[in-house]
Amino acid sequence: MRRRIPEWFVLLLPAFIVIAAVVLIPLIFSLYSSFTPYKLTRPSTLWRWIGTANYEKILTDVKFWSAFGRTILFLTIALNVELLLGLLIALMVNKVTWGQRTLRTILMFPMMFSPILVGFQFKFIFNDNIGLVNNALQSLGVSNAALPWLVDGNLAMFSIIFAEVWMSTSVFAILILAGLFAIPQDPLEAAKVDGCTPWQTFRHITLPFLMPFIFIAMTIRSLDVARAYDIVQIMTGGGPAGRTELLWTLMSRTGYVDARMGLANAMGYVSILLSIAFTVYFFKKLSAARAELGMGG
Amino acid sequence: MTEVTLSNVVKRYGKQQAVHGIDLDIQDGEFLVLVGPSGCGKSTTLRMIAGLEDISDGEISIGNRVVNDLPPRERNISMVFQNYALYPHMTVRENLGFTLQIAKQPEAQITRAVNEAAGILGLDELMDRKPAELSGGQRQRVAMGRAIVRQPDVFLFDEPLSNLDAKLRTQMRVEIKKLHQRVGNTIIYVTHDQVEAMTLADRIVLMRDGHIVQVGTPLELFNTPVNTFAATFIGSPPMNLADGVVSDAGTIVLRDSLTIPVPKSARAHVKPGQKVQLGFRADNLMPVGHAVEEKGELVDLELTVALTEPLGTETLLFADLAGLEVQAKMLNPRPVQPGEKLAFHLMLDKTHVFDAASGVALRG
Repeated sequence: MRRRIPEWFVLLLPAFIVIAAVVLIPLIFSLYSSFTPYKLTRPSTLWRWIGTANYEKILTDVKFWSAFGRTILFLTIALNVELLLGLLIALMVNKVTWGQRTLRTILMFPMMFSPILVGFQFKFIFNDNIGLVNNALQSLGVSNAALPWLVDGNLAMFSIIFAEVWMSTSVFAILILAGLFAIPQDPLEAAKVDGCTPWQTFRHITLPFLMPFIFIAMTIRSLDVARAYDIVQIMTGGGPAGRTELLWTLMSRTGYVDARMGLANAMGYVSILLSIAFTVYFFKKLSAARAELGMGG
Repeated sequence: MTEVTLSNVVKRYGKQQAVHGIDLDIQDGEFLVLVGPSGCGKSTTLRMIAGLEDISDGEISIGNRVVNDLPPRERNISMVFQNYALYPHMTVRENLGFTLQIAKQPEAQITRAVNEAAGILGLDELMDRKPAELSGGQRQRVAMGRAIVRQPDVFLFDEPLSNLDAKLRTQMRVEIKKLHQRVGNTIIYVTHDQVEAMTLADRIVLMRDGHIVQVGTPLELFNTPVNTFAATFIGSPPMNLADGVVSDAGTIVLRDSLTIPVPKSARAHVKPGQKVQLGFRADNLMPVGHAVEEKGELVDLELTVALTEPLGTETLLFADLAGLEVQAKMLNPRPVQPGEKLAFHLMLDKTHVFDAASGVALRG
């Protein structure tokens, strides 16, 4: 007699098929191809196994590691600036009693734009000849020379971070504002009676309450920023001379411009470690902050 | 010496007026209870004293210092909140010491004050736990401990026991009273529970709709309520009120032509034809032979019992008085069947007469 396929398997089969098609197979394929010299222009290279050669190449590749380091720097600066500004905005919006709803909606506007358009916008704003910033600086007499915002390495990095912060600070602001709404009023009032100045109340009561929200925002944003691509690609294309090259612009160049997909996939797997490390770190912080508040795990 | 004085204190929310000009003098060391139904303005009044609400009009002073424009931290008060309001991220020890830490007191002094408060409230075992790991009663004790550590001029309690179960509430009530006897500070205590008010207060302030109805000792409020509201709010079960009309013969005619003499205290204050309400407590309407002491002027009534509530030492009887359901109390109870007719004594000396239109007590 033929063995019957168990019911649970039949019921789960559609899910298995979908997951296999959209996650599992691409994952296995890309992992496999990272062990080959796969070039998009020469499909036959897919079948040549070269072991860990790609990975060994990456480990000694200065360009890769400088992009790696630059991504960490970019992440750290952008996240911290966004956190501080977002916190500040949230605290101020929380004080507003009239028209707060409208203000909250306006706050979300930057999130509604496509990152590519934000990139173009800031490319124009920071353009050294016709850009708004130089125009303003010169009109105000602050500077006579045209500052090379997108041409000088450090200034270009600053400009990209500026665009990133402009676009995403509101994510922090919204999440922290949600946190502020969720704070019970009683401990705040108790703190006032206990002798706290407004600053002490913020430092000792409000901030601990906000920490879980801050870490959730950090986790989400660290994943987002670590794969920053569009803004950078549009504004500088990783230039000048690779001075703003981040992991994802490097990977896309390697994979699609140089067509070396095997190597690009290997880079992808190495850089995922970065995202995992950040996620694990922030999740640990999140659980700790929640445990602080007696929220459990 | 810390007196608290409220003069003509008003609270407005927009056009809505929540507290209508309250005058109150609270003595040093007094235990004052603000009591009233929800929405009567008692909590708002307390929060204005604490500085958590702005004072729209009038003046509040604590220890001869006008505090209208002082933030809470400069009023030297402590407050115990209904929801405990502990800092969830701090241990019990840190919760207790927080106020002194903020005040930058030396570490040794903080430890001493915290340990002393913990000793008073029996918190020694719990010092390293977080609020989430405590039961409701323990949390409330920590909240009280936090108030003690601050050594304030005035303690403010905002319905501190309403989140506790009945048994714990009775226990904590005793602890609060003991605490007051021990520290002797002025306490202003808000509650909607008249039992708490009666048991704790040196003086009760009964409030309704943002006005003070009556101020007095618990017994004054119980024995001489100024109007029907005070009469029904204070005391359990609430005072029975029977509608009637004063006759020419100096009696009150209730429904079904039942007549009851006007009590002595009210005789000079009623006139024939006046519509009144006769008020008497269950303790003053007792089945013959089942009362504590039957003295003074007694009125004989024969009433049908509709329902009984045995409570052990006494039984509450729901009886029919000229079509009105009234409550009576039976001491040394015996089983009573619904529908049974019993002879009752109404103690006329302890009966009150209220004007039916205004509800004001008529007495000399």
